[in-house]
Amino acid sequence: MTSVTTIDPAERFLRRQTPIQRVHHVLHAYPAISPLIVLVAASVVFGLVNPRFFMPENLSLIGQQVAVVGALAIGQTIIILTAGIDLSVGAVMVFTAMIMASSVASFGLPAPAALALGVVVGTAAGGINGLLVTRLRLPPFIVTLGTLNVFVALTLLYSGGQTVQSQDIPDLLLWPGQAIDFGSFKITTGVIMMLLMYAVGSYVLRNTAWGRHIYAVGDDIEAARLAGISVSRLLLSGYMVAGFVYAITAWIMIGRVGAASPNAATDANLDSITAVVIGGTSLFGGRGLLIGSLLGALIVGVFRNGLALAGVDVLWQTLVVGVLVIVAVATDQWIRRVRA
Amino acid sequence: MTGTMGTPSPIIEARGLIKTYGSVVALDGADFELYPGEVLAVIGDNGAGKSTLIKCLSGALVPDEGEIRVEGQPVHFRRPQDARAVGIETVYQSLAVAPALDIASNMYLGRELRRPGVLGSVFRMLDHGAMQRHAREQLQHLGIGTIQSITQAVETLSGGQRQAVAVARAAAFGSKVIILDEPTAALGVKESAQVLKLIRDLRDRGLPVILISHNMPHVFEVSDRVHIQRLGRRVAVVTPATHTASDAVAIMTGALDAAGATSAA
Repeated sequence: MTSVTTIDPAERFLRRQTPIQRVHHVLHAYPAISPLIVLVAASVVFGLVNPRFFMPENLSLIGQQVAVVGALAIGQTIIILTAGIDLSVGAVMVFTAMIMASSVASFGLPAPAALALGVVVGTAAGGINGLLVTRLRLPPFIVTLGTLNVFVALTLLYSGGQTVQSQDIPDLLLWPGQAIDFGSFKITTGVIMMLLMYAVGSYVLRNTAWGRHIYAVGDDIEAARLAGISVSRLLLSGYMVAGFVYAITAWIMIGRVGAASPNAATDANLDSITAVVIGGTSLFGGRGLLIGSLLGALIVGVFRNGLALAGVDVLWQTLVVGVLVIVAVATDQWIRRVRA
Repeated sequence: MTGTMGTPSPIIEARGLIKTYGSVVALDGADFELYPGEVLAVIGDNGAGKSTLIKCLSGALVPDEGEIRVEGQPVHFRRPQDARAVGIETVYQSLAVAPALDIASNMYLGRELRRPGVLGSVFRMLDHGAMQRHAREQLQHLGIGTIQSITQAVETLSGGQRQAVAVARAAAFGSKVIILDEPTAALGVKESAQVLKLIRDLRDRGLPVILISHNMPHVFEVSDRVHIQRLGRRVAVVTPATHTASDAVAIMTGALDAAGATSAA
C-alpha cells in the first residue's frame, strides 16, 4: 500500500490482458465508441450499395427524419440515466403540439404566447410523471404507461381528433421546418435546434453537479442519498427537464410535418427508447453518454434510409431495427461485466 | 485517553438515547462518549443496538429521546447532511459509492467544486481538474499509492481500494470525527491490514475515529478504548491494556458482569 511498486508473478498473471479484454476495457471507458463504429460502418456499406446514399439531398433527408426522435431521445436519456424509463414521451409531445397549434388556431392566442404555453404544459406533464414517481414511489414504467394513455386520450378529447392544418398555424410554429441551404445540402432549423439541445444537454450532464447527480442516482440511489443528494427533488427536476425537451420537440415536429395531428408520431415513444439503447446507455441507469443517443437515432435513420435505397421492404427495415436493439443491449451487458 | 492531561471534554457525548421500532427497543437509554484523538471501538452482539447508536450519531436516524452534544453544544441531527455539516463523516458498510462513477467524482459526490468566476457562477461548470488533483493528494496522503488513475471507475477497484476511497472521502471532509462501520468485514487479511493502518494514520493526524466491528483481533489491535453495547445500553468501556478480547466478549454476551469493568472510561 505505501510503496508497493513491484508486482509479484501472481499479480502479473491477474493483470495480463488478452486483446479482447483490452477492447473490453476501451469500450467500458468510452461507451460512445461502439455506436460510432456501427454508424460509420453502416454508412460505408450503404454508400457502396447505392451511391445515392451520400448525396447531399439524401443526407439532408436523414437529418430531417431523425430530428424528432433524436430530440425526444435527449429527454429519454436523462430519464433512463436515472434508472427510469419514459413511455409517455411521444404522447406528451403530441399533446403539447396540439396545445401550441390549436391555442392559435381556435383561441387566437399570439404565436409566442402559444409557444410559451406549450413549453409550460410540456414541463408540467413531465412534472406530473416526476411527482408520481417520487411522491407515490411507483415504478417509472408503470407511471409513464399510465400517463401515456392519459395524454393520448387527452389529446384526442381536446382536439376532437381534428388535425390543425398548416394554413392555420403561424409562421413561428412552422419555423423549425425552414431549411437553410449549404449548396445542395439543406439543414432545417429543427435539426439545428436538436443539435443545440444535444450540445447543451451534454454540457449539463458532464459539467454540472446536477448532471453528475443524475448519473449517481441511476447508478446507486442509496449511495447518492447518503452523499447528501436530495434524490426526490433531483428526480422531479429530471422529469421536468425531460418534459421541457418534449415541448421543444413538439415545436420541431410541427415544423417538420407542417401540421399538428393528434394521430402523429405514434411510434415515437418506443423509437426514442430504441435510439437511447442503441446509443449505449444502460437501461439499468448510471451509464451512457447523451451523444450516444444522437448516434443511436442516426443509426436507426441510416439503416431505414439505406435499406430503403437498397430496395428493401419497410417490414424488413423494422426487423433490422429490432435486431439492432437486441444486439445493443447484449453488448451493453457484456461491457458492464468489466473485470476489476 | 489515560488521565495524563486531566479529563478532556468529549468531542461527542450522548446521554440516555432511546430508539424504538414499534415494540422493539433498539436503544434503551444508551450513553456514549468520544474523546479527542482516540480510536473508540463499539462492539456488541447482534441486536445490541450498536448500529442504531451509530446511526443516531451520524444523522441517519433520529433518536426518540436523549441528548447528543458535539463539543459541548447540543445538536439535533435530522439527516446525514446535518452531522456532516458539523464535521462528522461516516463510512457505511455498504461504502455508499456509485460504482460507475470515477474515484474523484465519488469523493466529491454531493459537494462538487465549481470553477471560479463566471464559468462556475453562471454556467455552473464543475472544476474536474481541481477535484481530481485534491482526490489524488488525499489518497497519497493516506498512503494509498496503488490506484492507477483517479479517473477510473470505482467498480474497477478491488474491495480494499474501494474501502480506501470511501475512507479517503471521509478523511477529506471529516474535520472532527470519522465513523467507520464494519470497515474490514468484506476484506481479506492484507486489505484489512491496510485499513487498520489507515485508521491509525487518521488518529495520528488528530482525527478521532469510531470503529464498529465484529472482529475482536482488529478491535484490540487498533483501538484505545472499547465501548461495549448490550441490550440497548452501554454496559462497559474497557481498554486493550486492562482487558483481553475474551473478557470483552464475555461482557458483551453477559457471561461476565460488567461491574468494575467501566473504570477504564
